[in-house]
Amino acid sequence: MDTELLKVESGEDLTHNVQPLLHEIRHALVKLLDDGGNTVIDLRSLPLAPGEEQKLLDKLGQGEVYARLHALGPSEIVETRYPGVWVVVHFNYDNEVIGKFIEVCDMPRLLCSQQEDIRQGLEQLQTQLVWCNE
Amino acid sequence: MSKDETLGEALRRQGISRRGFLKFCAATASLMALPPGMVPAIAAALEKARRPSVIWLSFQECTGCTESLTRSHSPTVEGLIFDTISLDYHHTLQAASGTAAEAAREAAMEENYGKYILVVDGSIPLGNPGFSTIAGISNKNMLLDTAKGAAAIISVGTCAAYGGIPHAKPNPTGAVPVSELIKDKPIINIPGCPPIPVVITGVLAHFLTFGTIPELDELGRPMAFYGNSIHDRCYRRPFYDKGLFAETFDDEGAKKGWCLYKLGCKGPTTYNACATTKWNEGTSFPIEAGHPCLGCSQPDFWDGGGFYKALSMPTEDITRTAVYAVGAGAAAGVALGALNRAKKKRIEKAHEKVTINDLEKGD
Repeated sequence: MDTELLKVESGEDLTHNVQPLLHEIRHALVKLLDDGGNTVIDLRSLPLAPGEEQKLLDKLGQGEVYARLHALGPSEIVETRYPGVWVVVHFNYDNEVIGKFIEVCDMPRLLCSQQEDIRQGLEQLQTQLVWCNE
Repeated sequence: MSKDETLGEALRRQGISRRGFLKFCAATASLMALPPGMVPAIAAALEKARRPSVIWLSFQECTGCTESLTRSHSPTVEGLIFDTISLDYHHTLQAASGTAAEAAREAAMEENYGKYILVVDGSIPLGNPGFSTIAGISNKNMLLDTAKGAAAIISVGTCAAYGGIPHAKPNPTGAVPVSELIKDKPIINIPGCPPIPVVITGVLAHFLTFGTIPELDELGRPMAFYGNSIHDRCYRRPFYDKGLFAETFDDEGAKKGWCLYKLGCKGPTTYNACATTKWNEGTSFPIEAGHPCLGCSQPDFWDGGGFYKALSMPTEDITRTAVYAVGAGAAAGVALGALNRAKKKRIEKAHEKVTINDLEKGD
């Protein structure tokens, strides 16, 4: 990995929190490889100056996966250019951000089909087949 | 949603998928300032949570606290949490009024005795019962009566928590906070003028999730939201550390976003979540908009000595003030008044530009 890409230019307008965050993500990736442990970072709990969050997201870039969910409003789940590092943004129905996270994992849990939803879907399919047969 | 229905059942009935529920839990954890790793535990608890009865009493207040909560665009996470409670009495929001409204309060108290949550906004006047009444009942009597059967009391806003603006000098109504009158119930203070809406619902979500009150600081505030000073979480903090300050609201420092300490920012002595949770759906907060923190979540913030004076600044020239006080044999406050009048006359004479500092001192 080209470490030069990760170098953040520090200026007077920064809290200097972008670089430590990138290191935190690096540690989380090591953990993921070592023992499969997942890490979630809540971006809204950190003091970031205007523009710094975007700077962080620009540094992480975009990778191969972009997913958009529609559950209680939209959510965007994007794998960054660093595999295993995902940016998850939740919106409400008015497209206002209600949560913004960096998840370091194989795949965010929200992307997987949920047992309860699978069960409900199965029931619906069975009902539909019964209805079709009648 | 019936009172026996759990939150999980209610959300499913509304067609919200498990994914939607997990998203709701992630956002709830974020607003409760809990580690994201706790989302599965929150999901398990919220799934089984039942709808609590809430009685909301408004005393000497401006309705800003209710506005803060209800002006949030729906459906937000706080809106969803608000929907999961049974708001059995809120005289600003409910359709019923007069006797019917009071009957609803009494019925909710009787039905949920020992289990309901009492939310209070506004201070309570002790000077004269007639200063503030609801349906002819004094605020004090209504509070004492309703608090008896409450499981916990949430004092929303600085007025209910610490007396707020009605309590400011000279406190003409004898305003006191809830904690002055109620000593035998757990009280959670959520100060702010107004409080951040998600902090109000965050406390409700905590109660729904864990069935307990959150950890509180020495002023009765939830540590999750009031555990850090504004200053410590402020993105302008590095400028303070480097000694880079805006000196006026339109100088180069202000344009560069430097620290507002010298313009009177009360961030170093104010504990609240504004710097991280922010306002208007997480858009910004006063310091980000270029204005110093007023310290509105602290006791007696209105009497703190001037919004635009740096915390380190004395109120006036100490030597001259002392001379005035000794010479006139009067209290220092009177001397300051004389000093300010003298300064105003000097300014008028010299046609000097009047500054914010001059304006705020008054006579």
